[in-house]
Amino acid sequence: MPYQIIVCGGLAPDPLQTLEPVFDPARPSLKNELMLPAVFDPWAAHALYEAGHLARQHPGSVVRVVSLAPKAKLQQVMMTVAQKLPLELVALDGPGGGFTDAAAVAAALADAIAAMPDLDRSRLLLFGGWESATRGAGAVMQRVAERLGITEQFLAVDELSVEADGSLLVKERIEGGRHQISRCSSPPVMLAWATGNLPEPPNHPQTGMANMRVIMPALQKAKPVALEPAAEFLRTALPSVIRQTRVVKDVPAAEIAREIAEWIRQ
Amino acid sequence: MASSTSASPREHLQTLPGDDVRQVMWRFADRYDLQMLVQSTRAVARGPVARLVAEGGRHTHDWTPEKHALLKEFDAAGITAAYLEPEEGGFLEGPKNLALALIAFELAWVDAGAATCSLATHLGLAPIHERGTPEQRLHYMSLAAPAPDREPKRAAFALTEPIPYVGVETGMLGGKVRIAEWPEGGEPILEVSKRGRFITNMAFANFVTAAVDSDDPRIKGSCMVILEETDPGVFDRGTPTRKLVHQLSATNDPVFQLRVPASRIVGGYTVKDGVLIPNYDHGSIIEAVFRRTRVTVGLMTSAKLLSSIEPLIRYHRDRFRGSEAVSPGSPRYELGLQQKEDVTHRLIDIWAAGEASASLGFATARLFDQLDPIEREKDRVLAEQGVHGGMAAVKALRKRQHEALEFIEMQAHNAALRNEERFQRLAADPVIQYIVLDAQANVLCPATKLWNTGHGSVMMREAVSLMGGYGITEDCPGFLGYKWMDSQLEATYEGPEAVQRRQLSLTMTNEVFQAQFRNWIHEMRQIASIEPGTGACTLASAMHLWQWTLNHLQHATDSNGQKLYQSNRQGVTFPMADALCWLLAARCLILDVEHLRRHGAEVIQQGFRGTVDFLTDLCHVQAAHAAGQAARICTELVFGFLRHPSWDDDPQCAACCFNEPELRQIESVVPGASGFTGDYFREDGGHETKAGPCVRAPGLADFSRLRAKLDGCLAGALLAKDRAAESVQKVMIPAALDYPQ
Repeated sequence: MPYQIIVCGGLAPDPLQTLEPVFDPARPSLKNELMLPAVFDPWAAHALYEAGHLARQHPGSVVRVVSLAPKAKLQQVMMTVAQKLPLELVALDGPGGGFTDAAAVAAALADAIAAMPDLDRSRLLLFGGWESATRGAGAVMQRVAERLGITEQFLAVDELSVEADGSLLVKERIEGGRHQISRCSSPPVMLAWATGNLPEPPNHPQTGMANMRVIMPALQKAKPVALEPAAEFLRTALPSVIRQTRVVKDVPAAEIAREIAEWIRQ
Repeated sequence: MASSTSASPREHLQTLPGDDVRQVMWRFADRYDLQMLVQSTRAVARGPVARLVAEGGRHTHDWTPEKHALLKEFDAAGITAAYLEPEEGGFLEGPKNLALALIAFELAWVDAGAATCSLATHLGLAPIHERGTPEQRLHYMSLAAPAPDREPKRAAFALTEPIPYVGVETGMLGGKVRIAEWPEGGEPILEVSKRGRFITNMAFANFVTAAVDSDDPRIKGSCMVILEETDPGVFDRGTPTRKLVHQLSATNDPVFQLRVPASRIVGGYTVKDGVLIPNYDHGSIIEAVFRRTRVTVGLMTSAKLLSSIEPLIRYHRDRFRGSEAVSPGSPRYELGLQQKEDVTHRLIDIWAAGEASASLGFATARLFDQLDPIEREKDRVLAEQGVHGGMAAVKALRKRQHEALEFIEMQAHNAALRNEERFQRLAADPVIQYIVLDAQANVLCPATKLWNTGHGSVMMREAVSLMGGYGITEDCPGFLGYKWMDSQLEATYEGPEAVQRRQLSLTMTNEVFQAQFRNWIHEMRQIASIEPGTGACTLASAMHLWQWTLNHLQHATDSNGQKLYQSNRQGVTFPMADALCWLLAARCLILDVEHLRRHGAEVIQQGFRGTVDFLTDLCHVQAAHAAGQAARICTELVFGFLRHPSWDDDPQCAACCFNEPELRQIESVVPGASGFTGDYFREDGGHETKAGPCVRAPGLADFSRLRAKLDGCLAGALLAKDRAAESVQKVMIPAALDYPQ
């Protein structure tokens, strides 16, 4: 059965960047946020790779990415993401970063999905990240699903397989390193992915160029989205970094290792 | 309009220039195919390539399985196919010079050996691409295309390096071709003997394009032939070269003794009176090949310089962190070595050089992209007129040079002040456009190779020195020590520095280039009038001085009456070539920053002003450096071949010196005037304690005026450097280097 797989995914600053929260008059943001290199949110990226894998297994399936992010940034990120697998893009031009409200983001995403002209809910698999690398609330995907009337929802998904009868077998990550296995008879279904099992696909410029024929027009007509701040931020700060350095000489490696282990235990 | 004396507040650079800035500056913001190629190449460079370097892959000159594995990474990322046309298995439409330049830049950002490995495959294919028959092109290019079900065939390019003590000299090809069999009415079978040296990709190449000379009266001249590993005879890959650099590329000294059909002659052949005449001699093929591939080599060194900026800033800032004596928040903790002006100023010099060399290299790559289709169109037009290459084409082009000069002259004028119809007709004429662009390319290509690698290696040494002892360790972030050594090879291979200077000394005097250069001076003045802080005016003055000097040297003689500007007088021609390179690089940087200023605001949403202000200051710094170099060189050449006047040289002294009573008389009439009279004899016949009277060269008054003007034009350059250095202290950098990943 061919699926319509919709992957919701935003952007996150490149993990190596120095992140410094700043307060502007309207809301907090990250210093130089729009100048920092960005990546497709790693949690959503896992969902995307799983979507690509599933689409290859079920010919005729389509992968659509719905992304709410600053348009120019999204275009830069798509130069990499679009090389990974065949996909279509629905772009929403709005604020990124970690200080947007989950409910407002979910509403914008759900509206965009609902507005898709050829949406077939009987084949709809709604994918996204269980979490986000941008101070994620872990609530966006559930809210999107609720707004779309999708009641079959799975969180922290690590594996999805399609049974011979078309039912979906879903492994959700639970406490203690174990999985909860559920069977779902058919779409529509929402899966908020944990890490999945697939590696990042290699870049393939030919795939990217084919994708870009539809992605560039989508970026050009990205709908502007203004998210109303629903939360009031009183303070933001980076986790404090503790560094304790002691200069020693002539200490055996075993002794240094023992001391470090002890320090970590404290 | 802003004035040069206005002190408009400048913003600081907030983050290091990202892809969005580079795409605008280097003019591929509208090319998503290239943007994706950059990303896929970067992932290979900062992933598998960087990991291999970090794991010690460079410690052996042998071609190891780990190095070989990179080839598959190149295939998967589209790097191997980037050179190919879509019908051959490639994916990029149109000319590919900028694409290959970007690939080289991204790979060399991490390791230039990997870049060379990738580019050598393209180099091996280039003779076939540029001059091969349609059948050869389709066959070999398709073989070189990666496919899901088979590994691509890989190429190597075998020209010749001298092989000491075995009789292979630079002036010969080190390869011979003779006819082994020539069946009646059939195709001749050639016997090819070739000993190659320093042949890149030879450890794994499946076929080789080799330059050979005729050793048979039945073959005319030289040619290039395609040798396959399965051909009957000896296809000995030879011993690996024990090189100290670029160890991620395979370099061997192969030996070939093979029999191949004559259809392997690149570009085909004709038979006349029982003699096989190759359609292209090896010289015309490699000229077409190298004039493109040398640009990418130049950009490899640019990538090294720009890649060193982030690790250097991080090292300087973190230098004292961790010490109990340095508390967080203190200037020493926050800025580290950046508290010292010398550190930031030297970093700015490296940065400016890196930017300028990248601008020059990418401008040249774009120029070739522009030139390639025009060249084909020119060939078509000439062929229609019955002109088919060689000297006939040269003569045909020379006949139309005056029209090219007319076009260039008209370019400098406002559309309202010129015959627009005539201008548009010339602009649409492929022959005229070819003459104009070819004159540029013949200068920009060797300039890129020469300056980017030569000056780049000097600046890489500076970068390494700014890391202290760390710089020459394997642990140095960004592999700076390796990059420094690699840059020396880049200055050497594909034509060492002397070859580039030699080419420049010929091409830069081309009247068509000189006419364009005059327009460029005007262009810099125009930019300066709108953006005075760019250093464009300084550069224009330096360009004017250089052009005046070149014109002077072409007509002047030394004190012995020997002509100054002549082929064998490399003490004159080569320094002028060096000076030109400085000017061209600074110009390209200014043009790139101006392009960013005009077009960047649409796509760069934050920090645009700070980025442009910072880059503008770098332009000013680099323009001042270029002006200083050009002024020094020009002054040396203009005055250095004059004989210094002597006190014993009576006629000359009588002409230029006063005597003491004369001066007293002058002083009595015009008090203070004696201060302007120069040298004089005392009453006792003595004179000042120096070598002789000061040099007076009335014919050089214009030079002195231009030189004095240029000196004044340097005003503000070091203020720009101070501002840029302050930005370096404040710019936000990532928490860690993004390679190895």
